[in-house]
Amino acid sequence: MPRACPERSRRVPDSRGWFGAYGGRYVAETLMPALYELEQSYKQARRDPAFSAQLARYAADYVGRPTPLYFARNLTQRLGGAKIYLKREDLCHTGAHKVNNTLGQALLAVRMKKSRLTAETGAGQHGVAAATMAALFGLKCEIFMGRLDVERQALNVLRMKLLGARVNPVESGSKTLKDALNEALRDWIATVRDTYYLIGTVAGPHPYPLIVRDFQSVIGREARRQVLRRERRLPDFLVACVNGGSNAIGLFYPFLKDAAVKMVGVEAAGKGLDGPAHAATLVAGSVGVLHGNRTYLLQDEFGQIRETHSIAAGLDYPGVGPEHSYLKDIGRVQYTAVTDEQALKAVALLAETEGIISALESAHAVAYAAALAPSLGSERVIIVNLSGRGDKDMQTIAAHAGLTLDGAEPAAERATAG
Amino acid sequence: MNRIEKTFAQLRRRREPALVPFIVAGDPTLEQTESLVLELEARGADLVELGVPFSDPAADGPANQRALERGLRAGASVDKILALVARLRSRSQIALVLFGYFNPVLRYGCARFCADAGRAGVDGLLIVDLPPEEAGELRRPARACGLDLIHLLAPTTPAARAARIVRMARGFLYYVSVAGVTGVRDKLPSELEPRVAALRRLTDLPIGVGFGISTPAQAAAVASFADAAVVGSAFSLLIERHGASAEALEAVGALAGQMKAAMRQARAGGPRQAQPPDDL
Repeated sequence: MPRACPERSRRVPDSRGWFGAYGGRYVAETLMPALYELEQSYKQARRDPAFSAQLARYAADYVGRPTPLYFARNLTQRLGGAKIYLKREDLCHTGAHKVNNTLGQALLAVRMKKSRLTAETGAGQHGVAAATMAALFGLKCEIFMGRLDVERQALNVLRMKLLGARVNPVESGSKTLKDALNEALRDWIATVRDTYYLIGTVAGPHPYPLIVRDFQSVIGREARRQVLRRERRLPDFLVACVNGGSNAIGLFYPFLKDAAVKMVGVEAAGKGLDGPAHAATLVAGSVGVLHGNRTYLLQDEFGQIRETHSIAAGLDYPGVGPEHSYLKDIGRVQYTAVTDEQALKAVALLAETEGIISALESAHAVAYAAALAPSLGSERVIIVNLSGRGDKDMQTIAAHAGLTLDGAEPAAERATAG
Repeated sequence: MNRIEKTFAQLRRRREPALVPFIVAGDPTLEQTESLVLELEARGADLVELGVPFSDPAADGPANQRALERGLRAGASVDKILALVARLRSRSQIALVLFGYFNPVLRYGCARFCADAGRAGVDGLLIVDLPPEEAGELRRPARACGLDLIHLLAPTTPAARAARIVRMARGFLYYVSVAGVTGVRDKLPSELEPRVAALRRLTDLPIGVGFGISTPAQAAAVASFADAAVVGSAFSLLIERHGASAEALEAVGALAGQMKAAMRQARAGGPRQAQPPDDL
């Protein structure tokens, strides 16, 4: 049976937070001491068995881990090729993998005696997961969310408010996730002594990409154990959607040393890569510095950050975690992109065949796997990270299909459909 | 000796504090920025910081964010800002520092940026999201081109770190008065003066204080213990109100004049002594 090398032996990031040519700490001087404090606190926590035990206990009893690795028999039969397994992160408490990270970081915040969490959110999944932990551990919680996202994701705004968080709509810039991140950083600069900044993905300044990777790696550790038990072998492919890239790193990281396991990160091609309406940072971007780290970005010729588009609100950040930039350059992970249309079709396909309604984000990975599976033999194994569930997307999907939320098809749509 | 060094040397001989206005290049037009710099100089500014617009200014408060957005809309890219500086140099020898974020510089290319900036007549660079840890790739070409890379120190900076930063600093030190973003504030923190005094014991470089200084009284208070007061958002708000008009020039010039007068007056009393705290 193949064995993975201990994760600790990997070289990235180095002590200064670099994954090859990516990462680093590009922040205002006011925040630099806080990053060193966080790094020290995290190093100590990581070595402390009591911290690991606490994390494991909440992961099991509160989040619902381990999540199943489900063999999607019907989907596999429909496609006629490789076996498709789904890593069911959609079954986590709060509905997505985001909670793996917010649980770990909230425990760290408590350990650091911080009384307040501040976080950005795009679709609202990270905001909900952060607000949930703040409620659980009795912390104050400040969420920054772009005005456009507040309007698009009303359900999650309501959830955060019910959980006791204050939701601050952000009016600056493009009024979406990147601007929410700017505002969360501004809040942190002003409150750094008592506030823990809880970033939602494997981006930001060192040590955040490392911390978030560690907390999300539970996905891959479980999946590796589960697939070995079930199939007595490692998978041929891992497939995950990538924007910031935390669910993908979480799945990929524990398999990186398994050279035979191929990995594919699927970005949002939006309305197509030939136009500007996409968020495929690794496929179509260039290297720059944003939000504390050096990485691939979507930017114009003058270094201004571009506006992006994806039907999945959680995939429209114009950057990506620095480790993905590194994995792309060394060729360990292949990055590709899937359009809005393909993702919508994948939601329908999975719902029909397996009775599972995927988040639009995760549907990008499903779409890629559905295209890949028929080209492989039936002895091959693909694991897809089903990073979140689709409840939050019903309004978007309904609008796209010309349906209303009460289920009635508008007359005009019916006429053209006939 | 570059213009920054020369300016502070002259001011020190005259026991005069420096007024350092910050305005965003291209706010609201590049032509107006040119006029504003000349007006500021005429009204007593000693060094001008020109903001380089960036789409994601995470260290700036609302007033400067809007100013940077106006600059972006006016198309104030790095090459156009350098052309503006070159034009200014035929009419003014005031010390000029470009203040901005790293990505537009990186995109232009660090070496090419420094060469072109030096040639255009820029004297210093202040990149707010480039801490000393990451500044190597810009520091080398900046030095080669005679540009001072200005470093920031913050209220959260521990003393040992401050000592390290001071050793690599050039031009002047920029002390951030409060843990926070740029913006107008009602009052300055009470620990500001002792912190600057503590910093003074580490270096002979001039010490400027910025973030939150918006009135002549605040500028005067800073002038009593620091070498320079940096004033940004207050000017951005005036420019926002008056646009590209002649009134804008007058309003900006008048505020600069009042500030410089108040600072001179405060300094006439001489610098005060204060007890340094443990942290800077």
